Amino acid sequence: MKKILALAAWAALTASVCSAQMLINGAGASFPQPLYTKWFSAYAQVDRSVRFNYQGIGSGGGQKQILAETVDFGASDGPMSDENLAKAPRPLWHIPTVAGAVVICYNLPGQPKLKLEGGTIARIFLGKITKWNDAAITAQNPGMELPDREILVVHRSDGSGTSYIFTDYLSAVDQEWAEKVGKNTAVKWPVGLGGKGNAGVTGQIQQSPGAIGYVELAYAKQNHLPYAAVKNAAGHYVEPSIASVTAALASATVHDDFRFSMVNAPGAEAYPIAGATWLLVYGQQKNPAKGQKLVEFLQWAFTKGETMAAALDYAPLPADLQARVLKQVQAIKY
Amino acid sequence: MTGPFSLARFSPLRKSAHWPDRSFRWMALLAVAAIIGLIGLVGWQLYSGSRLAVEKFGFSFLTSTKWDPVSDEFGALPFIFGTLVSSLIALIIAVPLGIATALFLTEMAPQKMRQPAIMVIEMLAAVPSVIFGLWGIFVLIPWLRDHLFQWLRDTLGFLPFFQGPIYGVSMLAGGIIVAIMILPIVTAISREILRSVPKLQREAAYALGATHWEVIRIAVLGYAQRGLFGAAVLGLGRALGETMAVTMVIGNRPEIKASLFAPGYTLASVIANEFTEATSDVYLNSLFELGLVLFALTILVNAAAQLMLRRLAGSGPGKVAG
Repeated sequence: MKKILALAAWAALTASVCSAQMLINGAGASFPQPLYTKWFSAYAQVDRSVRFNYQGIGSGGGQKQILAETVDFGASDGPMSDENLAKAPRPLWHIPTVAGAVVICYNLPGQPKLKLEGGTIARIFLGKITKWNDAAITAQNPGMELPDREILVVHRSDGSGTSYIFTDYLSAVDQEWAEKVGKNTAVKWPVGLGGKGNAGVTGQIQQSPGAIGYVELAYAKQNHLPYAAVKNAAGHYVEPSIASVTAALASATVHDDFRFSMVNAPGAEAYPIAGATWLLVYGQQKNPAKGQKLVEFLQWAFTKGETMAAALDYAPLPADLQARVLKQVQAIKY
Repeated sequence: MTGPFSLARFSPLRKSAHWPDRSFRWMALLAVAAIIGLIGLVGWQLYSGSRLAVEKFGFSFLTSTKWDPVSDEFGALPFIFGTLVSSLIALIIAVPLGIATALFLTEMAPQKMRQPAIMVIEMLAAVPSVIFGLWGIFVLIPWLRDHLFQWLRDTLGFLPFFQGPIYGVSMLAGGIIVAIMILPIVTAISREILRSVPKLQREAAYALGATHWEVIRIAVLGYAQRGLFGAAVLGLGRALGETMAVTMVIGNRPEIKASLFAPGYTLASVIANEFTEATSDVYLNSLFELGLVLFALTILVNAAAQLMLRRLAGSGPGKVAG
């Protein structure tokens, strides 16, 4: 009997400890969700008095919820527009966490390693280049036997940060794309089929000989898809990898408000189709206790957390950018 | 509505000596009011959520074929077209198949076979939508592309519906997936309807010297036609709103093409696809308005079905499903 009582008391005690735990809510981008989930579970060992809850509801939802202050922090795969930022009740800060690459996948006999440059990719996705043995493609791949086959373009049908990065890149390298289509999480695609999610796009590519599409680097690696080396602004063909994305981050121009685009970065080693993902945090926290815990967590994230990124195929921030972001984090008032 | 089933008899306002009667009536009325209120609330929410788009585009939202999130210009026509066409394809396939299955199960199948067959069909209804979608991408689509679609183009290629390049993902593939998904509900309801046909009907027909097929055609199907129509309408209701599996196989291209091999897009799919990442207000409002259009479309289709049912009522006796 005593044992049972003791057990009950212990259960009640742990329950009360759990309920005393502070809960910090966040919502937004789904692309970095695996990393954030890992961070929060690792941080639970560092500070037991706080628990983080993150929901990957999409960047649009993340922006809306942090503007409405229904969450303690938001997350977005694209920087917020001036228009949306103006709706914030107080200054809302962008905190870049990691970056990711978007790779060009295809289905060709023998799965050759293709080299492509931005203008060619844009003209394929504009529907201007329709055959695999087009002179523009063969010129970049000398000695390679490319089939006389129709190119089938596959793009994401769901709004996604991946599409944002890809169209941001095409807009940067091709005038016609910038004018006709532009950049967004979803655009009016000139040609092609829409696949739902990374899985839908890969499925479509794997099923259709002659198909071309784009997916996240992590996804392509885990599924062993062939992907192209892309010519960067410095004129080198660069393979997508964590190192080449970090190199792109290091050479990109990052403004003081941390809203930046890193596509077509000038570095010699930089992979050109890449983008960062951001946390959205108010510079002046409403709840002092929560604000303090959030800042403590962010400091941990930009020192210890960043080292976990590469294992999950996210590119960590280069050292100098990390230092700049850390300074911004320390400036959060609570 | 007159006679013993008049509304006044069930009105909670009617004086009654028994308080349990009265309170039960109030509770029943409350339940009805809650459902009607909920529908009204959904409609109002959708309208208020789409106000910006309604103001900006007006009626042209329904007739425009442009869907461009970058320049904030939106039109619903390709999605309305895709929803109606894919649902129609689904009905054309699922209704005859469902009714034939139900007929077989009630009229012909040996007693031992009925229960297992029913279980298998009902299991189809329990498969999650996304599983159908994945199966569609990896199994159905390659087969359709390499066999059925080629055959259709070779034999019926003179029709505009079966022309043009074959990608596999297409309006037709979307319709076929939806057909598989609404088959259980069409079959289950049809079976209930056919089971409710009185034995006397059949016996009378046999007594007049009808063959087995004539009994089914005249006594069973003739008697049950209104109910079967109702089953088709319920199937259509499901088809209009089907989302996940459809978006995985339909190609997601907002275009209006005569060819069923061409990709299409549906209202429910585009909302599911683009809602989470939509950031501009007009964009979000336009997605809400698509929801409003789907809501109105479902009500319109059901109302039209009710009207047709009434007209059918003149041509023969029968029961109404649901």
